[in-house]
Amino acid sequence: MNLLVISAILAAMVGMRFLKPSMLAWIAIWWLGMFAILEFGFAVPIPASVIKIYMGIITLSLIAYVLTDPERVEQVWNPIVAFTVEKRFQPLLVVVGLLIPCVVAWSIYADMTKSKQAPSFARTVHPAPPDQITVHDTDYPLGFADNPYRTLEASAPEEFAARVQAGRDVYYSNCLWCHGDVMAGEGMFAHALNPIPTSFEDPGTIAMLREAFLFWRIAKGAPGMPDEGGPWESAMPAWENFLSEEEMWNVILFLYDFTDYKPRAVELH
Amino acid sequence: MKRKLPPIPVLLGVLAMIAVIAAAFMFRFASYFDESLSYKSPTRVVTEQAETPRQQALAEQVEAERQAALERPYEEAEYRAFPRIGSRVAIWVVAQLHLLFAAFVLAVPIFAVTIEFIGYRTGEKRYDRLAYEFTKLLSVSFSFTAALGAGLTFMLIIFYPKFTNYLMSVFSPTFLPYVLLFFAEAGFMYSYYYGWGKFSPKVHLFLGVMLNVVGTCIMLIANAWLTFMSTPSGIAESGALISTWDAINNYTWMPINIHRVIANIAYGGSIAGAYAAYQFLKAKTDEERAHFDWMGYMGNFVAICGLLPLPFAGYWLASEIYAFSQTMGLTMMGGAFSWLFIIQAVLIGNLFLFANWYLWLGMGRIKGAERYRSFIWPMLVVITICFAVWATPRSILSTTEEIQAMGGSSHPVLGYLGVMSAKNTAVNILILTTFLSFVLYRRSGKIPTVSWAKLGNRIQFLIFLAAASTVIGYGIAGYFVDAKTRIGFSVPQVGSVLLALVLVTLIDSFLLRGAATTETNWGKIRPISQYILILLAVTFTWIMGLMGYVRSGLRQHWHVYGVIRDTSVDAYTPTLGYATTVVSVTVLIFFALIGFIFFLAGLSGKKSFVAEPTPEPRGGDGTLEAGDSPSPTAMQV
Repeated sequence: MNLLVISAILAAMVGMRFLKPSMLAWIAIWWLGMFAILEFGFAVPIPASVIKIYMGIITLSLIAYVLTDPERVEQVWNPIVAFTVEKRFQPLLVVVGLLIPCVVAWSIYADMTKSKQAPSFARTVHPAPPDQITVHDTDYPLGFADNPYRTLEASAPEEFAARVQAGRDVYYSNCLWCHGDVMAGEGMFAHALNPIPTSFEDPGTIAMLREAFLFWRIAKGAPGMPDEGGPWESAMPAWENFLSEEEMWNVILFLYDFTDYKPRAVELH
Repeated sequence: MKRKLPPIPVLLGVLAMIAVIAAAFMFRFASYFDESLSYKSPTRVVTEQAETPRQQALAEQVEAERQAALERPYEEAEYRAFPRIGSRVAIWVVAQLHLLFAAFVLAVPIFAVTIEFIGYRTGEKRYDRLAYEFTKLLSVSFSFTAALGAGLTFMLIIFYPKFTNYLMSVFSPTFLPYVLLFFAEAGFMYSYYYGWGKFSPKVHLFLGVMLNVVGTCIMLIANAWLTFMSTPSGIAESGALISTWDAINNYTWMPINIHRVIANIAYGGSIAGAYAAYQFLKAKTDEERAHFDWMGYMGNFVAICGLLPLPFAGYWLASEIYAFSQTMGLTMMGGAFSWLFIIQAVLIGNLFLFANWYLWLGMGRIKGAERYRSFIWPMLVVITICFAVWATPRSILSTTEEIQAMGGSSHPVLGYLGVMSAKNTAVNILILTTFLSFVLYRRSGKIPTVSWAKLGNRIQFLIFLAAASTVIGYGIAGYFVDAKTRIGFSVPQVGSVLLALVLVTLIDSFLLRGAATTETNWGKIRPISQYILILLAVTFTWIMGLMGYVRSGLRQHWHVYGVIRDTSVDAYTPTLGYATTVVSVTVLIFFALIGFIFFLAGLSGKKSFVAEPTPEPRGGDGTLEAGDSPSPTAMQV
């Protein structure tokens, strides 16, 4: 977050409070202030679709705030009525009247002349896995499969640690280049890819998923992505062509061990 | 008696019609005589014109097809197509309309009987009148439900005969009880409605309770059929039936039962509230306005009561779907259907905002409510923040540049708001705030007189604070634990909120005992509040349609998930835009129909038709003179 920008906007809003603006002006200040925070207050810009949702909510709340109190309604409504009917505002009204089509024309011009972009697509975070996959002639029902070595964590901690270590070796030999040394999706090849690889540090990724899901993604990679929700634009190789099943389960143990997340457990009815 | 002639244009019109008909007959006769009297050669027989080779081939083809049809053995069709929109959309719309009416018909008796019981216990007639007002909406809705249900059944048999046959084979033992229960429901429904004031109160209440029991049983049976389609059990992999009871008691049967009962109450309350709003807006007297204002308030109260526990019931249902199939769970929450949950989140956030807004506007009719006005803006801020968190998407709709900037479809900061810990926290705080609004509304017209009033207020404040702290604390902790533990955190979060609801209500009931009351001017509320009630009903209906589609659409290309595959031309998931359009059109049709029901229900309170007496003739001799109108008759509405 750009704390400096946010602080400046909030300070400006507090400062405006001392000027005792009218209710209408105050509502406008709030609206613009919130918009400015959302638009400029984040180091990584918030996508326009989310800003629209947030601004919709803020607009609705401001309307509710005004309409809840008859006095506020008058404080907002009266200046608008005065502006449209009183003679002293006529020159300004004419300016506004001319400004509206100008703004519309400008927005159309801006829309038509902006640089061309590749079409966007609604990418989903978690592709839906198939019910079952086959890896090296072994069938894995993904709904019920679990990491065969997970139980070692309690029953044989030393063997478990050895497997985590083995997984570490697999990771730093194969996955490091894209997913990065701290698993934030910032490996040395990452910025040649669009979108960049998944960050395992993100609480919405491996922390939400079962180990069998990771096994599917690692084993089948981009070629195994489902038709639904595509195009996936993933560069993930199908690691079943390079790694054994044991190695893939080991690297999954390491991913959770490194990030300190726990996998989602299999829930049975 | 001299009769007045019809106006000249009418006479001319009639004459023109007669002339056109006469001309048509004359033309037909003329052509007949022309054919029969025309010259026919006595020596040359007119032979039929020879068929062209194409006509001969077509005739042979028709004959061959007829022969083939005669020789072909009977085969049951797997699918039949509905014209233009396709079978799936046709079934979808009818099923959704049936469900919307059924939900209303099941919900209204629940709170009608409750309100009637309150009236019976307190002796206040207004409760009895209110319960009757609610029940008035039932009879036509019941007929619509039945008609749509029959339509749905026939359409399933016609368009999906093989699948329907399979479903009937699995659930054959449930169909006869269903029909019998339906008869019983009709009996209880109409005796409850028409017997109002005719039976003793206890007998009448018994009828109402039985209506609810029978209605709920019907819903339980129907729920078994539809949940089986999504989460089948009790059958072999081939689809062969092993146990009917297991087929009924499948993964999502009980979660759906609970979810639907609660959702029906919320939805029924909102529709009844919309009816009250409609009547309020067209009311002509203060008395009418006061009555329908109160009815709208009660409808909204019922809707909020249902809305508060609804997210938890929905959460249980979703977790059962995930438990049944990881694929389904991920398709729902992280995959293609997750976008619909963003719309759902926005709509649910709207529900909370509207419900609170209505309560705040309602404070305007209560003298003494001014002292709570300063609480409104902080509550609005909290609701806005929670609404924003609740509606934050995990997978964000973004342009290519935005995705590049974010490094994926998840924002590095907003990503933290799009996950379960944040959402659960937001929705629990929304519920607490809505409850606080209700408590303040209730307090507006009452001034506690008990000696421990201050202490009571402080204890209530501490309870709210403790509940909010628990919810936020577990919400933050949820980021640092495994998924199973995180899911488990929802229990103390919900528990603390529910406990706060119970404790604060309990303290309130003692605190306000013998409280001084201020005047409540029913009917003196700003009209915008009534539009909010209508918006609430529309939003509820829209959510039901949307989530109904999600629940059903999750099966994707399966009739019965993993067992009976959909091999029809409709075996694909429609685009989100198309799906939401179908849902929206269905909601529009529903409101057109429910508007008609509102109109019919409104008629029952009107004066009867009375023909006005014939006006005295001018001359006093019983004759009308030129220019006089015939005696008008008018419907007294």
